[in-house]
Amino acid sequence: MQTDQLLALFCGTLLVLGLIAFFLGRAKAMKVRNSGTPMTAQPDQYAWFSVLSTAGPAILVGAVGGFVMLLLGAEIPTFYLLAGSLVVAAVGLMIGIAQVRPDFHARKAIERVIRWILVTAALISIFTTFGILFSIVFEALRFFQMHSFWEFITGTVWNPGASFLAAAGRAEEGASAAQFGSVPLFAGTFMITAIAMLVAIPVGLLSAIYMAEFAPKRVRTLAKPTLEVLAGIPTVVYGFFAAITVAPIIVDVAGFFGLDASFNNAVAPGIVMGIMIIPFISSLSDDVINSVPDSMRQGSLALGMTQGETIRDVVIPAALPGIISASLLAVSRALGETMIVVMAAGMRPNLTANPLEDMTTVTVRIVAALTGDLEFESAETLSAFALGLVLFAVTLSLNLVSVLMIRRFREKYRVTNL
Amino acid sequence: MSQSFDDISAQLKRRHRKSARLKWISMGALGLAGLFLVLFFADMLVKGLPAFQQAQIQVEIDYNEDASRMGRAALDPEVSRLVSRTFERMIPVQLRNNPDLLGTTETRWVLADSEVDQYLKGNRHKLSESQQATVDRLVAQGDLALKFNTTFFTSGDSKMPEASGILAAAVGTVMTLLVTLAIAFPIGVMTAVYLEEFAPDNRLTQIIEININNLAAIPSILFGLLGLAIFINFFGVPRSTPLIGGMTLALMTLPVIIIATRTALRSVPDSIRHAAFGVGCSRWQVVRDHVLPLAMPGIMTGSIIGLAQAMGETAPLIIVGMVAFIPDVSPSFTEAATVLPAQIFTWAGEPEKAFVEKTAGGILVLLAILIFLNATAVMLRKKFERRW
Repeated sequence: MQTDQLLALFCGTLLVLGLIAFFLGRAKAMKVRNSGTPMTAQPDQYAWFSVLSTAGPAILVGAVGGFVMLLLGAEIPTFYLLAGSLVVAAVGLMIGIAQVRPDFHARKAIERVIRWILVTAALISIFTTFGILFSIVFEALRFFQMHSFWEFITGTVWNPGASFLAAAGRAEEGASAAQFGSVPLFAGTFMITAIAMLVAIPVGLLSAIYMAEFAPKRVRTLAKPTLEVLAGIPTVVYGFFAAITVAPIIVDVAGFFGLDASFNNAVAPGIVMGIMIIPFISSLSDDVINSVPDSMRQGSLALGMTQGETIRDVVIPAALPGIISASLLAVSRALGETMIVVMAAGMRPNLTANPLEDMTTVTVRIVAALTGDLEFESAETLSAFALGLVLFAVTLSLNLVSVLMIRRFREKYRVTNL
Repeated sequence: MSQSFDDISAQLKRRHRKSARLKWISMGALGLAGLFLVLFFADMLVKGLPAFQQAQIQVEIDYNEDASRMGRAALDPEVSRLVSRTFERMIPVQLRNNPDLLGTTETRWVLADSEVDQYLKGNRHKLSESQQATVDRLVAQGDLALKFNTTFFTSGDSKMPEASGILAAAVGTVMTLLVTLAIAFPIGVMTAVYLEEFAPDNRLTQIIEININNLAAIPSILFGLLGLAIFINFFGVPRSTPLIGGMTLALMTLPVIIIATRTALRSVPDSIRHAAFGVGCSRWQVVRDHVLPLAMPGIMTGSIIGLAQAMGETAPLIIVGMVAFIPDVSPSFTEAATVLPAQIFTWAGEPEKAFVEKTAGGILVLLAILIFLNATAVMLRKKFERRW
């Protein structure tokens, strides 16, 4: 039988057993209660306890068996595993029914089980983080066994082409060896991020100042969700917009000034990414500026400062940690952004300071390395994980710094809604 | 050195002018951001709306002997070049399935070739002079016209622009999101309930909290790496399927749902919990019967927003292989499928000009669904929000 058929059969049988447990448990509890013996829990609670004691251990045995099969490679036939779990379920059913006694605290028992289920669910988020970390670190280590870490960090040539032949055992004498120097990739990433920030920080911050300090309430309630729409547009759509609409405009404008721009220039994805990031900065900055205490504004105005001077010399300096924190979050978002650069930036690793040339980024190379028809073991595929590791480290530290800054702001002004 | 009052009032004027300037500049920044939004939508509409119309041509189909070998023979040679090749390929198949058709004729509206379509819409095309003349004549006769493009909604991907549609991708999106929801919603709600209602304030709880906030800020592409290395290579989940896509997206959606659920749970006033405890409920009974039902609208809103986010996500899905060429609707959760954003990505990479229009059309559909989802979330919040 197929595995999924077996699985369906298992689930079906378990469901039936559960139903039996529920009705048997309840019937027995009702009988005991109707005979006049006072009980510590309601019949339904005994019934649910029977269900839990039937299904819980069985599912646990099945899951543990599955893990043992995958992790240790032990060959347990699926059929025996599922049959074993069903036997456990039957035993659990009998124990559950036997526990329907007047002195048994069924409600407390259920409470304990539920608490464990909730803890397990909460731990999954930790497993996810560790899963990401392990998968990336593990594969990256395999990459660094093939190529030196130092060369990866400091090399200025990214030329993975030959690793494909090497993996196939056809590395020819004299053919250039594969080179994995990530500097051009990071240069491209930082260039595009910098352009994005040049767009997003002024526009986002000034919009936040307007919304928080000048705008009438009606404008504010309308403008904020409208700006958030910018963040809700899928990145693949922005990528198409950058490649089809913005890039040709940039080429035309550059041509007007007598400059030669590539259609895969870094300016188009940079600008579009900046537009996408505006709401990240404006929304958080707006919240921060709003939580600067009004007494500071009143004090400043009372001393005869104009509204503009109050904003520049009092409100913004007070809100600075929050604004920096918002900008750092935005930088981390821009560094990890993938679709816009995959669609609009170039594929060629190019170490240059001219944003009108085509250049590639870390995320583009990750996608390129993992979507080809390469063996998973090849150095190029594994290089994606090495790049991912660096990306993970950089974004994680940016986030942590950002969280620390916002916490300091919060403590200073005793704000609770941030 | 003292200043005269004139000097001071001049200075004051300057300062006020500077203040006003800040107001106008900041207003301009907000306007600029709004302008971006308007330009973006206008551009997408201009590029995408033509995709909902498609040139169709009325032809006489003559089911003769030759047509059972080569579909083109069934058509008048003058128009056969103008008809979509996908239609011509279907004629021999039709004849094989239904031999009675042999020897009959039929007049029908069929899909025109994408070059004809592009010519009619005034875009760049590859039609020769004589073909253009034929097309113009057919239009004048009323045998060739732009009609509503049903193919776009009823077929999957194709290498011919005129025959490609979004159905396979739309079904794939629904299947993927079902998997995402089935995993992320229960786990997310349970995590939030644990953190808000059950957890003691200890180290473990703090670590879980920091973790969730970090997860929300990790670049999406790294979730794709996790899916590839752990789900596919380690657990052997089949590649390119709604199952793996949904699992990967579920991990991304999890923090969104957790954070929204926690906010919703926190907004339920403590007096309700006290009252329930007071009549002797256990902790789980309080949560199940009193707190969760009151927090449900907030949880739903957060989940819908999380789903909308997952729906537009492309990068991690590319990594787990969901960009394959999928012409048919996927029959199960463990067979190759594609999703709307991935379909948009594939079309954007096609060299033919006619696909630009398809891409923008797909984008319009995607944006419409996202706007609908977000509007639903806002409505839910408005309708059920309670201030205590």
